Amino acid sequence: MLSFILHRLFLTFFLLFVISLISFFIVTLTPGSPYPWGEMNPKISPELKEAFRKKFHLDRPLPVQYYLMLHDLFTGKLRSMKDELPVLRKILDRLPASLRLNITAMLFSLSCGTLLGIYGARHAGHWHDLLSSFLAFLLIALPGFWISYLVVIGLVKHVGIPILGTQSYGIDFPNEFSRWLDQTWHLILPALILSLGALAIQSRYLRASIIETLREHYILTAHAKGLSSSAIFYKHALRNSLRPLITGIGMLLPSLISGTVIIESIFAYPGMGQLGYQAVLERDYPMLVALNFIVAALVLIGNFISDLLYAVVDPRVRLE
Amino acid sequence: MEQKKADDQQKLLQNNSKSNFTHFFKNPVALIALIIVLFLALVAVAVSILSYYGIEWPMNPNETHLDARLLQPSLEHWIGTDHLGRDVFSRMLHGTVISMTVGFTAVAVSLSIGVSIGAVAGYCGGKIDQILMRSVDALLCFPTFFLILTAVALLGPSLINIIVVIGLISWTGTARLVRAEFLTLRETEYVYAARILGQRWWKLIIRHMLPNAAAVILITAILGIPEAILAEAGLSFLGFGVQPPQATWGNIIADGKNYFLDAWWLIFFPGLAILMTALSFYLLGDALREVAE
Repeated sequence: MLSFILHRLFLTFFLLFVISLISFFIVTLTPGSPYPWGEMNPKISPELKEAFRKKFHLDRPLPVQYYLMLHDLFTGKLRSMKDELPVLRKILDRLPASLRLNITAMLFSLSCGTLLGIYGARHAGHWHDLLSSFLAFLLIALPGFWISYLVVIGLVKHVGIPILGTQSYGIDFPNEFSRWLDQTWHLILPALILSLGALAIQSRYLRASIIETLREHYILTAHAKGLSSSAIFYKHALRNSLRPLITGIGMLLPSLISGTVIIESIFAYPGMGQLGYQAVLERDYPMLVALNFIVAALVLIGNFISDLLYAVVDPRVRLE
Repeated sequence: MEQKKADDQQKLLQNNSKSNFTHFFKNPVALIALIIVLFLALVAVAVSILSYYGIEWPMNPNETHLDARLLQPSLEHWIGTDHLGRDVFSRMLHGTVISMTVGFTAVAVSLSIGVSIGAVAGYCGGKIDQILMRSVDALLCFPTFFLILTAVALLGPSLINIIVVIGLISWTGTARLVRAEFLTLRETEYVYAARILGQRWWKLIIRHMLPNAAAVILITAILGIPEAILAEAGLSFLGFGVQPPQATWGNIIADGKNYFLDAWWLIFFPGLAILMTALSFYLLGDALREVAE
């Protein structure tokens, strides 16, 4: 077990290194000026430009820049080019709202995705299955920004319900509960829309996994023993099909965060996605590197933990 | 009832041996998807040829009529007009060209990278395989769309940049599948035989192994197209797609969102086009995958 952990740990650090390389070079190797005020602005003197370059280490060679960027990131000294606030602070400020949104979306997609997947597999080959597959592909193909606007049009115009931001403004809430209710209402819609694609992917994975398990010999044995088909399905097949589901969670996170860039800017939700979109608009290099790196690193750590959990649950994994 | 369900499941499990293309053509959903895909490709080709010779049908997509702003769908303007009085139906026809171009070429880029990396990793195995596949793992940790957005925004949004960036970032799935296919192909007798006969490695890959992985590659290609189309639509929506006045499905919605309470057609129809296109490619790819399995 220890050698397994060490091997995984080594691998994770190697991947972290590759991730830092990708997130650094995708930002710095692309052409274009890093100046927030524009390359040709006549009001900016050469001395000011020089001072700016020095402050953000742009006068150093690339490998040194890479080292300094990482060093500053880990010591919390990396500053945004826009307002020179520490990058980590800005990200941490957004983290609670972001976590709330992503976790809610994750819960939606896991629960509904699992139900849809089970439904499809239970009726495999039947038209119920075709319908649920069609529904899954419909959800994957659905552009999030489009459905958001349709929902906003429907709710704002025809029902008159406020949905932008994290809570309604200009209202004095009589008690904490009504404030909580209001915030939850603002959270549910974006989370629901965000979860649609992930939900569908989850259901496809689970359906394929269950159908594969149903081909195993021990299922045949269970049939021969005379167990009812629903007992076989839920007790034997389903339980052994859940492993890919856990891997699926690791794969869902990056797609959820990608989704937040668009959904958060539509719903004016102050999370990390909106921060990322602002950074893209302002060509804020340190922010872009930090966001890409931190999100990828979080996903990596999540995968590392789920690998360890596997190894605890299933001894075969340790030998692979 | 229970028995029937069990029979259905059993039938599905046994059906796989009888895989052929008549099976595909008996599937009405797949057939409709194929027709939609072919129709869209045809529209894209026709529109680009006609506009090359200066023929704009039904109207010029960039001609503004400030006296005819935000008109509802009618017989004259099938999908209404936008905030500058441009005919939205004509703009959507031109958007088809962009979507199809990005879909097919971005997938061509990502296929060529993914297939070569997957083939080399699967064929060589060992350390090379480890290094290549770990880089794939690293790339998979990133939020793909945000990475694409970052790169396109910094490079400057243009058709070529969008295609190249989407291609360069979305090859990981193809590489994984091709590698898995090659790992099994490597152990087959004809590959051993070719190797014993002294076939060079690259010839072995191109001549003998790639054709046998063609089904897998075709399916990943078809399933990759809608992803590229959706990514391009998202970029366009955020203002980092192909730049105006060139119409794309995404930027018609982006323009229309400022008037969304008055002009629902500016959002509804282009989005429907994106949805139908992506859905058709997904269903087509899935039907082909079922046939191949």
